[in-house]
Amino acid sequence: MKVAILRFPGTNCEFDTQYAFEKLGHTTELVWHENDKLPKDVDLVVVPGGFSYGDYLRSGSIARFSTIMKAVKSYAKDGGKVLGICNGFQILTEAGLLPGALKRNNNLHFISKHQNLCVVNNNNSFLNRCEKGEVLNIPIAHADGNYYIDEKGFKKLKDNEQILLHYSDENGNPIVVNGSVASIAGVCNEAKNVFGLMPHPERALEAILGSEDGIRMLQGF
Amino acid sequence: MKVTVNVFLKDGVLDPQGKAAHHALDSLGFKGVADVRIGKQIILQLNTDDEDEAKTQAKEMCETLLANTVIEDYTIELN
Repeated sequence: MKVAILRFPGTNCEFDTQYAFEKLGHTTELVWHENDKLPKDVDLVVVPGGFSYGDYLRSGSIARFSTIMKAVKSYAKDGGKVLGICNGFQILTEAGLLPGALKRNNNLHFISKHQNLCVVNNNNSFLNRCEKGEVLNIPIAHADGNYYIDEKGFKKLKDNEQILLHYSDENGNPIVVNGSVASIAGVCNEAKNVFGLMPHPERALEAILGSEDGIRMLQGF
Repeated sequence: MKVTVNVFLKDGVLDPQGKAAHHALDSLGFKGVADVRIGKQIILQLNTDDEDEAKTQAKEMCETLLANTVIEDYTIELN
């Protein structure tokens, strides 16, 4: 599989993401935001974590207008798979590729720690290697991860099985981590080809560093 | 023309910063505060002197970039 990893000014997880996908046997290519095309024959586009454009105005609000995002939008419209991690998730919601928005954490802190997540739906190309209800341990590191969606939107997410993960305790019960609606940690679009999550699976690849649960997540693609 | 745009979280969307400031005011003895909302103010210097034109331009800027209308409302004031 060929994975394109986007880079904006302020992106800082591109090399971890590259390491992760190469460890899984894929080829990767870093793509600068000024490019107007994605590499040929790409199977997955990853919008990695970081602080694109310094998080000015709102996280992800400026990156969404970069040249490469036009190509990503048309790629996604044609059914291409896109994954946004952390700041990548924020960029995809700002771009309208994913529903909802990410607000400042309810305790106003930058939260950086290992966090249990419960798999809510696995009938998609991202989490198909995980069991429904399975608890994964994946690091989170964000200030703006407080997922908001209005009631109507939430019902749609639920009915279409677009909720991917929620923050949980070790038994899979939802817990409040940053104030997200229904403790949501990740969602996908209605067509289930665009995915976004605040946690960092690319940082959970080695048991010696605390968790290798990220492997199973990223293996889905 | 100077145009002032105020962007706030929508009513009903919890404002964590406003809540923290409210709590701090309360702790400092300011007991008469019912609610605090924190937003941002964006001051634009537009090249037009036409009020309608300025308003139209500012609205388009808000809808496109300055506000995320999923969670935020905005007001436009011409000065």
